[in-house]
Amino acid sequence: MITFDGVTKRYPDGTVAVDDLSLEAPTGEITVLVGPSGCGKTTSLRMINRMIDPSAGRILLDGVDVTTVDPPTLRRGIGYVIQQAGLFPHRKIVDNVATVPYLLGWDRKKAQARAMELLERVGLDPGLAGRYPFQLSGGQQQRVGVARALAADPPVLLMDEPFSAVDPIVRASLQDELLRLQSELNKTIVFVTHDIDEAVKLGDRVAVLRVGGRLAQLAAPAELLAEPADDFVREFLGRDRGIRRLSFVPADGLRLRTDLTVPVSAEVSSVRGTAEAWLAVVDSGGRPLGWVAPKDLPDSGGTLAEVPAAPYGTFVRGRDSLRAALDATLLSPSGNALAVDGSGRVEGVVTREALDEALARIAEDARG
Amino acid sequence: MNFLIDFFGNPANWSGPDGIPLRFAEHLEFTGLSLLIATLIAVPLGLWIGHTGRGALVVVLSANAARALPTLGLLVLIVLLMGVGSTAPVLVPLIALAVPPILVNTYEGIRGVDPDLRDAAYGMGLRGGQVLGRVLVPVALPLILLGLRTAAIQVVATATVAAYVGLGGLGRYIIDGLATLRYELTVGGAVLVGLLALAVQGLFALIQRVCVSPGVSRRRKVR
Amino acid sequence: MDEEPLIRWEWIGNNGPLIRELVVDNVVMALAPVLVGLLVALPLGLAAVRWRWLYQPTAGVVNVVYSLPSLAVFIVLLPITGLATRTTVIVPLAFYAMAVLLPAVVDGLDSVPEHVRQSAVAMGFTPARRLLAVELPIAVPVVIAGLRVATVSSISLVSVGALVGRGGLGHLFTDGWQRQFPTPIIVGIVLIVLLAVLADLLLVLVQRWLTPWSVARTGTRKRALPRSRPAASPEREGVA
Repeated sequence: MITFDGVTKRYPDGTVAVDDLSLEAPTGEITVLVGPSGCGKTTSLRMINRMIDPSAGRILLDGVDVTTVDPPTLRRGIGYVIQQAGLFPHRKIVDNVATVPYLLGWDRKKAQARAMELLERVGLDPGLAGRYPFQLSGGQQQRVGVARALAADPPVLLMDEPFSAVDPIVRASLQDELLRLQSELNKTIVFVTHDIDEAVKLGDRVAVLRVGGRLAQLAAPAELLAEPADDFVREFLGRDRGIRRLSFVPADGLRLRTDLTVPVSAEVSSVRGTAEAWLAVVDSGGRPLGWVAPKDLPDSGGTLAEVPAAPYGTFVRGRDSLRAALDATLLSPSGNALAVDGSGRVEGVVTREALDEALARIAEDARG
Repeated sequence: MNFLIDFFGNPANWSGPDGIPLRFAEHLEFTGLSLLIATLIAVPLGLWIGHTGRGALVVVLSANAARALPTLGLLVLIVLLMGVGSTAPVLVPLIALAVPPILVNTYEGIRGVDPDLRDAAYGMGLRGGQVLGRVLVPVALPLILLGLRTAAIQVVATATVAAYVGLGGLGRYIIDGLATLRYELTVGGAVLVGLLALAVQGLFALIQRVCVSPGVSRRRKVR
Repeated sequence: MDEEPLIRWEWIGNNGPLIRELVVDNVVMALAPVLVGLLVALPLGLAAVRWRWLYQPTAGVVNVVYSLPSLAVFIVLLPITGLATRTTVIVPLAFYAMAVLLPAVVDGLDSVPEHVRQSAVAMGFTPARRLLAVELPIAVPVVIAGLRVATVSSISLVSVGALVGRGGLGHLFTDGWQRQFPTPIIVGIVLIVLLAVLADLLLVLVQRWLTPWSVARTGTRKRALPRSRPAASPEREGVA
């Protein structure tokens, strides 16, 4: 656990970068520091590994005041990832990753083997190991940066806007990769970003800082979206706060109807008489094919395979959020969403009525 | 062309105390020694001010002023005060000539390293000396070598003035050619110096290839 | 016999007119080559930026000339330009100045950020206007850095010309040597360094006047530059 205890950073010219900051970054969780430029988020991060020393207050790493530890020794036990990756241009990728193991005096072979393992772990082709940084794309370099930070298996990882210099698609995949890695590694991560969406996506806890280095709010993302502490946080969170909050409500509480599916092998004539406005057509494996409106079906023979089906939207019931379910209802003229299991088989239908009930409950919560 | 044939074709120019091999050796001695001493002064100083940022303004300003020191003036003054008899007098002005480019390029090379790189190096727990030796110097090496090469070429060419105060080296042919109006001596001496300078260029190209990481020179093609 | 003092102050007082004449001579013979070198290096540098293949061979030739000892070039030129004429000194020094200025011009033009160039094109600048109004002003700091080195070296190199009878303040060196008299030598060295420092200072002022924006920028320079600028490759720098 990392503890900020009344930490202040004041520069000789009088500028206060961080003002009486107290917060905890719990072990095994991702704590995100987010805020506009000038809010002291990077300064706060850099005080943890003593790239900067505080003017007042203490920073404890598992109860030990970091200023009592020799900086290089401290830093070798803390992974550090920065915006432009900061890879050493004169060293091959494998040696870049093995930097800290070399510093710790590991055997060269062992350090390189560890580096190769990590390259794979962060989703890089081990064939890149012999290349130099300039031969890699920005996204690849950033992955190497993460691998390098993890090389000596430090319990703590500091990440300073690591993904802000890559394009949005690469950024999203790097974020997913980080979450996947974290689910395996359970590091104590402090992550700095100016992007509130990134903060909300990655953080177990999000600390919003305001200009002048004061903590505005520290909360879990869902709580932050639901109950911003003040106008500053509300404004910083931006638009669509209500919708974005749905991302944190699991969809598995939704009421399911299992009587609205029909196999594609059914005769058109037998379906036409049904009273329901829409029915979901599934194939023999239970996978969705589309929606049909029984009253619009042609007066002909044959099976449902011969009639056109309307588009559909799905969400994975055990995994996705209410936001995904809402999204799925908007993708189909039926106004209903298909709940599927992990392998894509339809488990049931979430009707607009069922969704309304769930949304109403959330709105009720907002009353406080 | 005729000058060259007269000069290089004359067997008298190839032996004895006035022969090409000896003059060449003398020239190499002046330039090699002064470059070595200049390197020992300027490289550590450049590394130190580039790394710590301390005294940078003063050192760079005085290095620029030192570029203005006239080699000929320094040489005659020192010989006048110390007397001929050793190579020491010629070394001082040549060292003064070589220090500024080495110092300024070393300093600029270290200072110019991407601050992110320095940050990452410290952040991973390298100590000050390790950051300098393992990261800054390898990355700044092309510029440091450029400074050394510039200094070497200037010293090789300028060491010729030593002949004016009676010292040896390839400058002897140039000065004697002027004094005796035998232009083939002057031209021949100039060509020898030019060849030596070219050899120095080639040597540095080689050092560059061997010592600078392909990741820095970006020499390697992307596979 | 009295020990000769390091400097005889009365010599300076007695030789005021001579010293003044030599200073003027030194300044003219030093600045003319820099001016000529700049006038040649500018179009050559522009051409080398436009047609890349031109650069290596041009820089190669210039570098070879640069590595020839100035003394030898002076002597070889004597039959053409005459003993003790300014031309004898100016011609080789112009080559040296060009050797320094050509890479400076090329690097300066290369220092124009691609996005600035592109936006100038997009706004409809003709190539000539773009060069004059956008690219050259941005290149000024790098070109002036080259000019400073060229000017300082030139002022100091003129003195070698004394060996062929025309060396500005260098005359004081040969004179002092022949008479075994240190005073003029010291005066010569001090004046040359003073002239060089003065010229250097003037060029710094010229740069401030030409590029007022770069003065304000020095404080935030690290941010203004692209964050991972590749190290300048030595081939592109030439002999500084």
